[in-house]
Amino acid sequence: MNMEYKKEPIKTKSKMKEIMTNYFLEAFDAKNKGKKVAWITSGGPVEPLIAMDIIPIYPENHGAMIGASKLGEKLVSYAEGLGYSCDLCSYATADIACSRGEKGPIGHLPEPDMLICCNNICSTVVKWYEIQARYFNVPLFILDTPMCHTNFTEDTKEYVRRQFDELFLFLETVCKKKMDFDRLEEVGRLSVQAQKLWQEILDTTTHSPAPMSAFDAFFHLALIVTLRGTEICVNYYRELLEEMKDRIKNKICAVPNEKYRVLWDNLPIWYKTKWLSEKFAERDVCLVADTYTSAWCSSLRYIDENDFLGSLAPAYTRIYLNQGIDTMANEIIKMIDKYKVHGIIMHSNRSCKPYSFGQYDIQKIIRNKTKVPVLIIEADMLDQRSFSDAQIESRIDAFCELLHS
Amino acid sequence: MLTAGIDIGSTTVKCAILKDNEIVATAIDFTGYNVKKAWQNILSKALDKAKLSTNQIDNIISTGYGRDSVDIANKKITEITCHAAGAHFLEPGVRTVIDIGGQDSKAISLAEDGRVIDFVMNDKCAAGTGRFLEVMARAMEVDLDKFGELSMVAREPVKISSLCTVFAESEVISMISQGKSREDIIAGIHRSIATRVYSMASRLDIRSPIMLTGGVAKNIGVVNALKEKLGDNLIINPYAQLNGAIGAAYLAQRQS
Ligand code: SF4
Repeated sequence: MNMEYKKEPIKTKSKMKEIMTNYFLEAFDAKNKGKKVAWITSGGPVEPLIAMDIIPIYPENHGAMIGASKLGEKLVSYAEGLGYSCDLCSYATADIACSRGEKGPIGHLPEPDMLICCNNICSTVVKWYEIQARYFNVPLFILDTPMCHTNFTEDTKEYVRRQFDELFLFLETVCKKKMDFDRLEEVGRLSVQAQKLWQEILDTTTHSPAPMSAFDAFFHLALIVTLRGTEICVNYYRELLEEMKDRIKNKICAVPNEKYRVLWDNLPIWYKTKWLSEKFAERDVCLVADTYTSAWCSSLRYIDENDFLGSLAPAYTRIYLNQGIDTMANEIIKMIDKYKVHGIIMHSNRSCKPYSFGQYDIQKIIRNKTKVPVLIIEADMLDQRSFSDAQIESRIDAFCELLHS
Repeated sequence: MLTAGIDIGSTTVKCAILKDNEIVATAIDFTGYNVKKAWQNILSKALDKAKLSTNQIDNIISTGYGRDSVDIANKKITEITCHAAGAHFLEPGVRTVIDIGGQDSKAISLAEDGRVIDFVMNDKCAAGTGRFLEVMARAMEVDLDKFGELSMVAREPVKISSLCTVFAESEVISMISQGKSREDIIAGIHRSIATRVYSMASRLDIRSPIMLTGGVAKNIGVVNALKEKLGDNLIINPYAQLNGAIGAAYLAQRQS
């Protein structure tokens, strides 16, 4: 044991529960308060909703909660019983199961008044939201963001920008009030501020040993997803960032014996985060960065703070999952450098095709351009049936032995 | 210096004893239901052959799926690292190891000193593993040990298209009922496993010389089918099936 460094829980964490509880309580009470609830995809443009006083609800965030409370298998099986294929994304099937009466970790989600779907993360969400729109009989808005294989053209920009105009009109119609564009700029400023803080928090792990791990990032991610554009989010991350800086100063870290630093690709395996984090820590390995949580600040570079409205199209189109494999590989290579990682673990996620599809190619590119070894493990972010303990453990053990040799 | 390596796989349990970097005894048996009994038996079998007793052994390393059950092992190391070490011990020039085990298969890329540079393993499916052959042997009602030689006289190997072991089994059964010859079906099965393993290994940079390890290396049909893909420089060492245990015993020599 390295006596100099010690492990301690992250204190700011305790505030998360209260914030999330209040957030859901408010949403459940929306009707009484005359507020509207919108279900929105995780990569969707939430700022216009906040500016209109609409409460955004994220079925995918709910999916993460389902996974963490190990209810995935039960809900997915239920949806399969309704006729949904076992090949579908388990976030989609678990959400459908929950809205058809099967209980999730908080029972079910507050019912939507509208659905906002952005296909910048995948095409599954389009069909998923169409099904839910029919079921709840509410209006659906689909924001179509073309894939940026190699570049982002002016045409694409204009195409997406026009849809934002349509989105504003849609929101105005459903809410029966005008969009306040000054308020939208203000929400935008808060959103950018939160994204910057989130990036700074993630960057504290460039310090070795890292004051937190990717497993912590998976947890603290909830607010940048659900509450970006609000003061609550900014304040929370400000505090978290301060705590990280203090931890570095006071020699508090995630893995006191940190010898090897690893990067994680794809969504977390929500029902196994504790198991995995213990496995890695026992082997003196710290997961210092990941491509998933950093996706919520990766388009900062395309945002002009003084023109948030004009930045919406590039910011929501040029996201990690909506680009070609070469670009993704380059991003990972930059992260290898930045976080000084010794190895990469790619979760080949049965559910998430756009995330998992190019992994073998990315692995090859990384192998050719760097000497960093890449391990691919197969699982599902939510459905425990796709996880084999013995197989994954021996792969991780072998990978750690390789790092140690 | 005396060391022992115990490799507990899903199908067989293996033990190797090394004295000053020389193999002095090996033993192999089915794993069966009781893993603890299996390794205790195999260790005493190997010790008997070498006329040694447990307390004379300076260092024991266990490997394989059941490695954690070996409470007397000084260290537990995965089969990936042990297979690399074993191959390096048996054939120091080896750069790639392809191991077809009972329930998984793997390809390992080796550095000059026998360290693992990189590795890949089969996905969750059993196609491309020894288990696939066992299931097929049962469906064909042929002793698995005969598989190799039977396939040598095949005239027109069939094509098995199912990727899944269970579906491949029904495919084989329907071929039997269509009157296809056993030999052709068995040869087709070997090709199918070789194709699977080859495409998995291709995710690595396959460098020669390549060594095939694991019990399946005894099957000439699979070996030939793999040679069709990998070329003739596929090394089959007589100790292929014991490679993991030998690697464990060798690492135990180096780490004492
Ligand atoms: S397929 Fe992937 S991106 Fe799409 S909803 Fe499922 S997890 Fe999210």
